Formats: sequence, C-alpha cells, structure tokens
Amino acid sequence: MGRGACTTFASDMANADWVMIEGSNMAECHPIAFRWVMQAKLNGAKLIHVDPRFTRTSAMADIHAPLRSGSDIAFLGGLINYVIQNERYFKDYVVNYTNAPLIVSDDFKDTEELEGIFSGLIDNSDPAQPKAYNTASWGFKRTGSPPNAAPATSGPPYDDLIKSLVPAPANRDNTLQDPRCVFQIVKRHYARYTPEMVERVTGVPRDLFLKIAQTIADNSGPERTGVIAYAVGWTQHTYGPQMISTAALLQLLLGNIGRPGGGVMALRGHATIQGSTDVPTLYHSIHGYMNHPDTRKSHATLKDFITTEAGAVATAYWSNYPKFIVSYMKSMYGKNATKDNDFGYDWHPKITGDLSHMPMFVRMADGQVKGLMAMGQNPAVGGQNARLQRKALAKLEWLVVKDNFLTETAAFWYNSPEVKNGELKPADIQTEVFFFPSAQVAEGEGSFTNTQRLVQWHERAIDPPGDARTDTWWTVNLGNRLKKLYADSNDPKDAGIKSLLWDFMPDKPPSNTKIADEPDVLKILKEINGYETDTGKLLAGFAALRDDGGTTCASWIYSGVYPAEDQNRAANRKPDPDFKPGTHLNWGYSWPANRRIMYNRASAKPDGTPWSERKKYMFWNADKKAWDGPDVIDFAATKPPDDKAKPGGTGFDAMDGTGAFIMRPNGLAMLYVPTGFVDGPLPTHYEPLESPVHNALYPKQDNSPVAKYWKRDDNQLAPIGDPRYPHVLTTYRLTEHHLSGVMSRWLPWLAELQPELFTEISPELAKQIGVNNTDMVKISTPRGAIVAKALVTARLRPMTIDGKTVHHVGLPWHFGYQGVVTGAVTNDLTALVGDPNVSIHEGKAFVCNVEKAS
Amino acid sequence: MTAMGFYTDTTVCIGCKACQVACKEWNQLPATNGGKATLTGNSYDNTVRLSGENWRHVRFIEQFDSQHNGRWLMMSDVCKHCSQAGCLEVCPTGAIVRTEFETVVIQQDVCNGCRDCIAACPFGVIDINPASNTAQKCTLCYDRISNGLAPACAQACPTASIKFGSIDSLRQMANARVQQLQAQGEKRAYLYGADESMLGGLNSFYLLVDKPEVYGLPSNPQLPSRNLVGGSLFTALAGIGVGLAALFSFRNRGAHKEAQEVADA
Repeated sequence: MGRGACTTFASDMANADWVMIEGSNMAECHPIAFRWVMQAKLNGAKLIHVDPRFTRTSAMADIHAPLRSGSDIAFLGGLINYVIQNERYFKDYVVNYTNAPLIVSDDFKDTEELEGIFSGLIDNSDPAQPKAYNTASWGFKRTGSPPNAAPATSGPPYDDLIKSLVPAPANRDNTLQDPRCVFQIVKRHYARYTPEMVERVTGVPRDLFLKIAQTIADNSGPERTGVIAYAVGWTQHTYGPQMISTAALLQLLLGNIGRPGGGVMALRGHATIQGSTDVPTLYHSIHGYMNHPDTRKSHATLKDFITTEAGAVATAYWSNYPKFIVSYMKSMYGKNATKDNDFGYDWHPKITGDLSHMPMFVRMADGQVKGLMAMGQNPAVGGQNARLQRKALAKLEWLVVKDNFLTETAAFWYNSPEVKNGELKPADIQTEVFFFPSAQVAEGEGSFTNTQRLVQWHERAIDPPGDARTDTWWTVNLGNRLKKLYADSNDPKDAGIKSLLWDFMPDKPPSNTKIADEPDVLKILKEINGYETDTGKLLAGFAALRDDGGTTCASWIYSGVYPAEDQNRAANRKPDPDFKPGTHLNWGYSWPANRRIMYNRASAKPDGTPWSERKKYMFWNADKKAWDGPDVIDFAATKPPDDKAKPGGTGFDAMDGTGAFIMRPNGLAMLYVPTGFVDGPLPTHYEPLESPVHNALYPKQDNSPVAKYWKRDDNQLAPIGDPRYPHVLTTYRLTEHHLSGVMSRWLPWLAELQPELFTEISPELAKQIGVNNTDMVKISTPRGAIVAKALVTARLRPMTIDGKTVHHVGLPWHFGYQGVVTGAVTNDLTALVGDPNVSIHEGKAFVCNVEKAS
Repeated sequence: MTAMGFYTDTTVCIGCKACQVACKEWNQLPATNGGKATLTGNSYDNTVRLSGENWRHVRFIEQFDSQHNGRWLMMSDVCKHCSQAGCLEVCPTGAIVRTEFETVVIQQDVCNGCRDCIAACPFGVIDINPASNTAQKCTLCYDRISNGLAPACAQACPTASIKFGSIDSLRQMANARVQQLQAQGEKRAYLYGADESMLGGLNSFYLLVDKPEVYGLPSNPQLPSRNLVGGSLFTALAGIGVGLAALFSFRNRGAHKEAQEVADA
C-alpha cells in the first residue's frame, strides 16, 4: 500500500465489525490497545484469533483457530481463495482502487507454472551463495512508449528527470476477465489454497476455517468493515513481509483499507519501534523510508540515486523524491551541502551489503568487528542463536553497554553459560567492556512514535540519578567529541564527518535539568520537521519542501510536527469529546500530515460519496470543492473525484480522482507487487527453514529459494522431518515481562508474577515423554539445549499436519542469567535465518526435541 | 455519602495483572521474597491468593475437555467491602472501620495484629503483612478516592474489567451487561454479591460465568456472628474480653515476638 506503517489507529478498532488477530497475542503484548478490541466486541464485533496456542487473546475471542506456527500464508491464501471463488470480494473497490485490472508482462511466470518459484530466479552456481531473483519479468505490459523525453539538465530542479521516468501506461482490463490481468493471476495463484489444503498445511480444521472465512466475508462490504491485527508473530519469519502482504491483499479484496473499522493494524514489538524505522536505526534505509545509498545499486551520483529510487514511483506521490532527498542531505550537511557538490551526496556513507544484525554478529564471531555499542539492546539474550552472539562478543576489542542494569550483554564475560561451563575464560577475553547507566524515560525529554504512527511528546519529570544519562545526551555528546577528533584531519575520507551538521547543544543552560550539557531536544525536532535554510522558519509540512536546497528536513514524513516555535504538535493533549468525532486530531501528531487513517480517500466511493451511511468517513464536499470529514484527507485536498490523470503527468497529476493509494504508481494499491519485494510479486506458502513437514502446496519447493541462512558449524539447521527434532518450537512474550527482561526481571513487582522460565506443552506430549507439570525438561535444537520447567496445559494441542501428529513446544524468551529472577536463554535454541527483503530474523518456527531433564 | 465500590466484569478480564502491580505500586506493598518466587504450575497464577502483600489477585481457571475445547477464565479478586463485614464485626481494637464511602478499612495505626479478622473473613481476603505485622487488605484506595481519584487497580485496568463508581450505578451497569450477555447466548452470566442477599450486599461484586467455587468464592458466605449462640449480651461480654486482650496486645505492639505469644495465647 506504500508506507511502512499501520494503516489505522488503535481506537478505530472499536468501529470494526470483525477483528482478526493473527501473528499477535494482542491481549498479552498490547493490553492497552486491546481495550479497543474489547470495545468492538462489546459493540457486537466478532473476534477471531488465529494462533498455535490458546493465549489470553484466544480467551477473549469468539473463534480461536489453532494454526501451525509458520503456516500463515497458507491460511490467508485460503481466505483469499475463498473470497475470490465465492465472489465475495468488493468489486467496485477492487476495480477502482487497486491494480487488479492491470495486465502483467508476458514474460512473467507464476509459481503455478514453475512449481513453486517465480520467473527470474538466478540459479547461482555457488551453493554457498544465496540465490536471487531478477525482477525484470514481474512488470506490467505497456504497449506505448514512455511519454516524456530525457531531461535536458541533471537538476535541480529535478522535475524533468522525474517526468522522464514516467513509463507508458500499463494495459488494463476493467472487466477483470483478461487471463493476464492481476486479478486473474491472483485467482489462479491461490486456487490451490483450498479449505482442504488449508487444513492439511496449517492444521486448522476446514469447518473452522470456513466459519472464519464466512464471518469475515459476511461482515465486509459497503456497510461493514473489519480489521486484521498482527505483530512480530508475522514479522519474525523468513517470509515475514510476505505474510503481511498477504493480509494486505485480503483486506484490499474485501475493500477494508482506508475505511473506519478496517485496515491492517501493525502492532509494534516495543516502545517507539515505529519511530526507530521512521527516523531509522536501520542499516538499509535513511529517514522517511528512503533507501540507503548503496554501492551495489546504480547510486553513484545523486541523480543516479534519484533515477534508481524514484524510477518506479514517478506516478506516485514519491515523484517528490528529489525534494525529500535534497532536504535530507541539507539536514545532514547544512550549509556545506550545495548544488555544486550534489548536496554532499559523496560524503554520505554507502552500504556495501547486508549490514543488519545477524550478519554483523556473524562477522563479529569471525573477529572482523572491533567494537559494539549496545544501547537498549541485549543481544546476549535477545539475539538469535544467542550462544553464538555471546561468543562473538568475546571477539570484540571493546564493548559499550548503555542500559538500565548490568544486562546479560554487559556481564557476558563473567556470568554467561559459556563462562560457567568453561568454554570461555574471563582471563582470556580481551574485550574491554564499558557500562554506562541509562536514564529512564521519565528522566528525559523527547518523543515516542507508537504503533499507530502517533508522535507523542514526553516531558522530563525528574533528573536521572548519578551519572545516568539519556540516550540523547549520549549520542549528541559522542558526536561532539568525534567531530572534535576529526576537526584537524585533511584526509578526504573524513570530509563527511567534518561537514556533518551537529548542532544540538543548548544555547543557554537548560532550566529544566541540572545536567548542563543535556542537548536541546527541540533543536533535534526542528531538524526532523524541517525549516527554510535561509530564514530558519519552520515548515508547515512536507508540501513546502524544495529540491534546490532551499529547505532542510531530516525526515519528510514528520514534517509538520513542529510547524512553529510555539507549536510542538507532538505535545498536543486535547482528546475529542466522547465518541465525536473520535479521530483525536488534537492529540499528538500522527504522521503523515496528522492523518489517522491512511488511504482514507478509499472510504468514499469513486464518485466521492460515502460507501454507506454506517461507514461514512471522508467524502467530497461539492460546496467547499474539497475533501471533507473527521480526518485529514490522504489525497490532494481539492482534487475532485471525477478528475482525470494527465498524460505523462507525475505525482497527483498521474492519478485519477480515484487514486486513493497515493504512494503507489497511479494511486493504485498493489494486489500484485511488481517492484519492492525480492522474493516474489505474490505471497506464496513456503515451509520455515526448519519444519517437520514438506511443502504440501508446492512439493518441489520446500523453502523460499531466496531466504537467508548463515551456514556455519555453530548455526546448523535440522533437515525437514528430522526425527531427532520432531516438534515445532515457537518463542514468544508474556504480559508480565518485556523483551529480554531488562525492564521487568529486575523489578520485583513484575518478577514475582512470572518468576521462572517455563515451556508450554500439551498434556498429550507430556504423557508421551513422561513428564508432569513443573518437572524440569530439556529442550534441544541443532544449536543447543536449555532446561525449563514444563507447564503442561491443554491450551496447547497436538495438530494433524499432512496426516502427521505435530506438537508445539512454546517458550517465552524473557530469561537470562542476570536480574532478580533468572533462567535459561531461550534464544540459545534459535537459528540465524532471515527474510531476504529486510533481514528480519526467524523467531517463531523451528524444530526441537523435548525430554525429561535428568 | 454515596456507597462506592467495584464491579468486576470477569468476561472482559485479560489476566494482565496490571491491577496487581498498580495496587502494589500505589500502596507500596513489597513483592514476596523480593520477587524471587517459584513457578506454581497453576496456569499463569504465581501469587496464589490474596494476602497482606497481595491486595489484588488474578485467578486463572483453565477449563478444557479432552478435545481441547473450552475456555480460560480470569478474574481479578479483591476485598469485597461487605455491607455486613465479618472482619469489622470481630475486630477487638476498633481498627477496622466503615468509611464514609461504605468501604471497610483497617487502620494500620490501631491494628494490633491479633488475626481475628483473618478468621472472620469468609472470603480469605485478609492476612498479616510481614513488613508491618498488621492485618492488611485492600482499602479501596481510601487515600485516592478521598481525593476524587479512582482506585489504582481500576485506573490501570486496560479493558475496564474493574469498574469503580457508586454502587447504584455499578449495579445498573452490571445488570445491563448480564442482559447483554444472556441475549448473546452466554446464559451462564450472573452477578455475585450485587444485591442485599449476600452479607447485605458486597461493595465489590462480580459478573461470573461459572459457579462461585470455580473462582474460589463461597456460594453462601456467612458472618462469624451467625455461629455465636448467645444474644447481644454475650456479644457485649465477648467484646469486653476481646477489648481487654486488645489493650494488652496494643501495649506490646511492635514487639513482634511478644505479640505473637499474645495471639497464640
């Protein structure tokens, strides 16, 4: 749909007629937001929970469907098949707002034709190297030629460059009958995802599956809407992004995006995770979801970068890419960024490969990484194959841990299992370990961006004790010192850090803290929001951005959060009166442009009137000649619904008045995704890299051919169906603890609520292995073994998968060897495997054995 | 003053235990054994019961058949603030009082730790807090409600399972909810302690979907006075006796060992 974020907001879930939670244990992990699900239920909505375990979320659900961990695409694919085969899709919505009518290139071959893979797979001769897809054949059929000529100048302005990137219009069949149109390809792709196949692959009985399918189909359409909520139970898979894409595809077919009570509710793993991808700590993306300059792509100059990155999206709102990137470069290098030096583009770091967490630790384990700063991160517990990660820490020259307590990462050198069992000796470890105590949230000022893109300011309540400091203090002061170190360097490679704009210290001693060198966070917010470079005047929003260096803006999507010196909209705290209108536009600031539901143009019919009175939201107000309603319209505010795209136009000009998905080419949501994914244009069920069964849907293709696996002796995988590891292992969180436990295991009030590690197993499995409730058991995988207490519960059940009985073994991963309560590290069992798009790790589906501990 | 209390709708309790933590934080109650505890294996319940250190307790009841069909009930339990309160009836020192909100509070500076109230409570709510050696239980956040705030647990409850308000309004709300659930097919829904038939009415009452015993609640709680044979004279005499004992123990308050001997005597 086009933005890396939740399409809706939590309190809008109360407007849903059905809520399906899958890949999430929302009641336990997002209990506050879950109040709105309960509200929906009180209003009569049906609550469906699809999950391997019967959790506290299932306890609240009308329907719980026990699904084998890692088989979600088969389940969702089954729903897509049901909706299409039974003609339950929302035709007016699908034809007008999605790419369903577009004709796909003749070169494209689907998994149906190639037995589980797509066209374009490059079969690398080196088996150690991952395979990759050439995505050229996935595009649309275009019979015309590009409408605009090559640019006369390289820019700025870049308008002509963007225009030259506009492709010929894709061929289209509004009847959806052409066998090569997206709709027909989707229909054929999912035809094999029958209720019988769903049962065989996922373990969900077909009657239960059909009951869910009917419930969501009966409660979608002009009069009714439903929402799908997911969390890391979807993201943390070797095909996590594709799972989410399947949900998006289903919701688009049902016409549930951009409408009240609809959407895909992305529940983030912890506080301001959304913020940390918006203004990112990601290696592959710079602010505002622009890709990081990359030596592997055609990114040699700024013009090349824009051409490569904006090429596929010139007919979307991304046609403004030059404004976003130039303003970003200005925020990096300030006055030093000029038109003549490509706005400092050469100074900007370029990535050379996958620099994400897992390969970083693999390199660290091989002694190729000198130092690590772990701030609010505890890889000794939270990292996949944690044993490998702890041993990698011992190969560092230095390690900085900045956290609340002496975490397992800080204590790896004297208290880890490897030290206890003699594998590592503290005297031999050369890593110099520094620990810096961290200030707590209430001890600093700043903002959180929550799961629904809502930026909320928080004040400093009290100064931190002793030498504890905020992350802001740490980062800004570290930058100050680094800049000082490089100030006299004449080495050309140091020009970047010398030119870096780094001006966040307070102009006068701060009045609200005793810490004199605490940075001025409003200066940071000003950089993020953007301002005119000559006057310093704050920008009202990203519509004011320029591509000539006239504006600076670190993260274009946040522009507007701080439109005037006395207006920090993140600090707004005015709720709407009870139930009217309920969008709470004056509470915090929701990017982009304070929108609460994204793509909300789709809440109205193509002609601009509401789909129904019951689901009225945004609509065309003919008197005002503008879009109207309780939210901020996600469209050109005065572009009429009957407007037609201009031939050869870019951005809004390339869209009809029905182009509700403005971040996508011509404003059409993507059922079929020709660019963006590296592992296929349509979600396809593959088995997890460790699985008890072969792929029943595509017998010749068990796994995604491009999934990432770091093959090493200390990171081995069990082959499919390995009798030594017959059970599915899944890991998760509990309400009572948070992540690796640093914010909960040290707190007695929380520690006593779940004081020990346990593994949840069914009574059947317990009987099979001769184990009683609270007995100690040993859980093992090819990576290692741990012990935990058995919690024998009927909330887990054996499943029948492809005719075979499969047990799940459930393990929370909160425990470690430090803190008030301790326990084995669950992640010693997990493996370094990842998704090929974003290198997210697998956390939910492995295989294991479990036996009574001796 | 209007009677205030809790109405707990167990059908929307998600077992998050935020009420337990909010209660401990506001009332500064210690974690047992500094938080180091043993996994009980009894579903997700690791604090086991209401006590002097646990004024709120969430129960977890797993009800599944051999085919794994069933439900997982959760219920946040607390002092019932009975209209006819056994604890208040037996307290020899007058430490237990009925407040202007019709709630029942143990005054910590008057309690001598004699334990009579522990035995008198038909719900097993009260216990000695080892940090103070006095009997402790929920005060319905007397300090908060006196200042116009909701009790900490009700404030923290994310799904509004714990509702705080005037008993009259809570009963209306609860009756409407029972009707809604009945209409939706949940025929097992009923209110526990919402009318005068149970100890004159519980100022903390519950919406349940199974027998009281399933939740660890007595189906027919009784006052200790019901067991007394004599009339008011006996009660008065007993009162004087208990009062004397209380005076004696009061003098020794603070010296735990001696107080223990008195209680044992």
